[in-house]
Amino acid sequence: MNKQLALYALDVAKSLGASYADARLIKTVSETVETRDLFVVYAAENENIGLGIRVMVRGGWGFATARHLTAQGIVFAVTKAVEAAKASSRLLNGRVKLAPEKPHQAVWQSPFNIDPFKISTNDKVSLLLEAEKLMRKTRGVKQTSGLLTFTREKKLFVSTEGSDILQTFLTSGCGIDAQAGVDEHYVRSWPNSFGGQYESAGWEMVKRWDLLGNAQRVAEEAVMVSKARQCPEMVTDVILGASQLALQIHESTGHPTELDRVFGEEENYAGASFLTPDNLNVLQYGSKIVNLTADATVPNALGTFAYDDDGVSGQRVELVKNGLFVGYLTSRETAHELGLPRSGGMMRATGPGFTPLVRMTNVSLEPGDAGTLADLVADTKKGILLDSNYSWSIDDRRHNFQFGTEIGWLIKNGKLSEPVRNPSYWGITTNFWNSCDAICGPSEHVFWGIPTCAKGQPCQAIGTGHGAAPARFKNTKVGVAKPAEDKPKGGAHSKSRSGHHHAKLARHHRHCAGGSK
Amino acid sequence: MITEAKCKKIIDLAIAHAGDRVTDMLVTIFEQDQATSRFANNEMTQNVDTSTITVTITINARGRTSFYSTDNTSTRAIKRAVDKAIEIASALPHDSTTLKVLKPCNLTEDVTPKFSRYDPRIAALGPDERLARVKSVVGVARRGRFSAAGIFATYLNTYAIGNSAGLFRFDQQTNVECSITMLSASSSGWQKGFGCSLDAVDPVALAEGAASRARKSRNPVYVRPGEYTVILEPSAVLDLVCFLYDDFTGTEHWYETSSFLKKIGKSVLGDNITITDDANHPLQTGFLFDDEGMNRKTVTIVKDGVLKTPVKSRRSVKYLGGSPTGHGAAPSAAEGEFPMNIVVSGGESSLEEMIASTKRGILLTRVWYVRDVDPNTKLLTGMTRDGTFLVENGKVTRGIKNLRFNQSVIEMLKNVVEIGQPALAAGEETFPAVVPPMKIEGFKFSSRTKA
Repeated sequence: MNKQLALYALDVAKSLGASYADARLIKTVSETVETRDLFVVYAAENENIGLGIRVMVRGGWGFATARHLTAQGIVFAVTKAVEAAKASSRLLNGRVKLAPEKPHQAVWQSPFNIDPFKISTNDKVSLLLEAEKLMRKTRGVKQTSGLLTFTREKKLFVSTEGSDILQTFLTSGCGIDAQAGVDEHYVRSWPNSFGGQYESAGWEMVKRWDLLGNAQRVAEEAVMVSKARQCPEMVTDVILGASQLALQIHESTGHPTELDRVFGEEENYAGASFLTPDNLNVLQYGSKIVNLTADATVPNALGTFAYDDDGVSGQRVELVKNGLFVGYLTSRETAHELGLPRSGGMMRATGPGFTPLVRMTNVSLEPGDAGTLADLVADTKKGILLDSNYSWSIDDRRHNFQFGTEIGWLIKNGKLSEPVRNPSYWGITTNFWNSCDAICGPSEHVFWGIPTCAKGQPCQAIGTGHGAAPARFKNTKVGVAKPAEDKPKGGAHSKSRSGHHHAKLARHHRHCAGGSK
Repeated sequence: MITEAKCKKIIDLAIAHAGDRVTDMLVTIFEQDQATSRFANNEMTQNVDTSTITVTITINARGRTSFYSTDNTSTRAIKRAVDKAIEIASALPHDSTTLKVLKPCNLTEDVTPKFSRYDPRIAALGPDERLARVKSVVGVARRGRFSAAGIFATYLNTYAIGNSAGLFRFDQQTNVECSITMLSASSSGWQKGFGCSLDAVDPVALAEGAASRARKSRNPVYVRPGEYTVILEPSAVLDLVCFLYDDFTGTEHWYETSSFLKKIGKSVLGDNITITDDANHPLQTGFLFDDEGMNRKTVTIVKDGVLKTPVKSRRSVKYLGGSPTGHGAAPSAAEGEFPMNIVVSGGESSLEEMIASTKRGILLTRVWYVRDVDPNTKLLTGMTRDGTFLVENGKVTRGIKNLRFNQSVIEMLKNVVEIGQPALAAGEETFPAVVPPMKIEGFKFSSRTKA
């Protein structure tokens, strides 16, 4: 990493009239192995390096990327950024101001035990093919797939305020899935749907999630779901499995607490938020047991970092405390606009080609006292356990949501009684969170990683983390989405049932539609 | 902007460096210069000008296929990328299904694009010109006492493909995009334009269209969820129909995962529905060759409701028969193929005529966050957004609060009663395509929301 080039970018920016500038010099290497039906369909490595330069001139923002890391390339990019900022400054309601942050000098590495880039490609391929073979032993399984992906990102952040921060992020992801069915196909996946689990960790996470040890169960559940009856339409108590709850948190807590969204900056694409400032410290967002935080300091979670792309240190911020809405996800700009003394440190960009936005860190539901999942099921007289996301949708103000999961288990008298297929549930955000009456304890709490959260124009996909333990929600509408009676005979599902499609979208960034947004 | 000569040089270098260490190889180069002026609350919030390039080396080393991509176009980096790809391939199991690269002699059609999708005026647009357009949008907003949010963006895309059999393809095109939301205290309206020519997008006209929708939908009322006659503007049609794209691919038929499996030659949609993939359509955008270097052929996928054929890659025709249609996506084993230039045929009705013939219904500007609920039936859920209106006795009477739908897109396309003139529509769930507005009976709304 050539720090001198990054510092040179700041000097050029200042000489061209910038009152503030920051530069991010980022080098990324990644490796992906993907198998499907016992074939390696994608074995690839990628490397890229670039410098993103953000400048403020007369209170307006400009941003450009330097692809050619030479003095000439830097001058070219900085000049473009300054010209853009000057244009911005001619259409402002008021000059942008930033909440204060002292400059930081730091070197940070995300923790890991085993470097996945030192594990041979052969070993990675062998693991996935072995998992596929195990899944295919189950009668009725029609298709199988597996995915391993690893990324190392080295990021230098320097600013005209004197920050000089070098961070290295190591991210690992793993997942398998099996599909079954005769005229229709159904999927079960592990550890999570749409490509698997993602963590800020090394190869040890692949070992911990034990793809081989779970392959047979996943296959058996895929066959079981394919033979199950349609989830009935009813109002009942819902227990959300931890990975499904993670996406519920992402969509109905994380996004509406993004303060740039609240201020209308995402109106045209991702939408706005019902959590307007008049609700702060007033709105009973959830029940008394609901505590939601944004914590960038959690080890090994996907939204973990030491410093954000404003140069602000990662923090733990309360969003909902004892059910009361108490905080936002902020940047230096939005924190100042709200009158806060300091940013919460949530400003991030996807690589050097994008300008930073307010982003979730690890937005999590704090564990409760309901014990294990088994304890919670035993405590539920009638209800349904829903696990592993399949479908997700929420309105542009984050009120009205509908989720579907890969599997549902009807609960009768404290026991899982019968699996059902195509389960879905629907609700209004605040009603739903206020109906939460039990949250499992720390032993069930997992930080799930969502690798493709989409936001911004041009659209950026970034990783976020979400800690969750299974939780129960009273009187929830279930089975609202029912397939038509006259299903096309011989029909089957599209590949979007599996993680395969997700990997495809993530690989090509054709559009942001495949991710959450 | 990278030149054709530079692309050829990179590709030749990579192929020469690999030599006889590989059976054959493919090199693709994609460069994009993108500039976006973003605004909200009637002020500029972001202004970015970026450039990215990706060189992807695909090698087949005796039945072992691997990929390495880099954004470094130096001689050293390209040679390293080739070496790394060969190293990865050496660790892979043999795959007897691996295809050889396309030979130039297999190109039976003229390889020269029939027309240009490059507008030098777009390529020359700078931040001041973007600002002028954003100011014109904000001017419309201020005059109507609205708050405007959106983007004005330009793109310059370059795509080059070369392989070890001597094939070389190169093309450049420009795009312009403008998306506008107008907000009042109780309502919103949206319009989006996209095209290859600067003339294709008129920011003021889009702003006025969005403002008109925001004005007409002020103080929206609740309506009871249920089945309604709906009139969908083209963007809404696009963001629903695009969920069938995967089902229109040969690979999904080969894998037996298409919703239209074993339905070729049978009626699957209404007899007033014809869907083609036509890269040469004058309203379309995109490159005229696929990721294997093959010309994109015009394919009639659905004709008068009858499924004729999926689009096919060289890989899927090995299992399905027939000929490849020039829709291969890279990497072929993982991606199969994709219809990139969908055209849904139009009818004679104007939007006004659809409204006039509706006793009670709902007019939708835009749908949002659409997702599969049951891919077996293509049951989709999503929300309405930014301009949802009640139609009563042939007139748009007032705005309504947004609704959630749970609707099979296959069933929807069996219930189309009127179709308008197709236009290049841009949505949020997919890339732009040529689709008409439609009037549909029995569209299912399941719940409502506060906004």
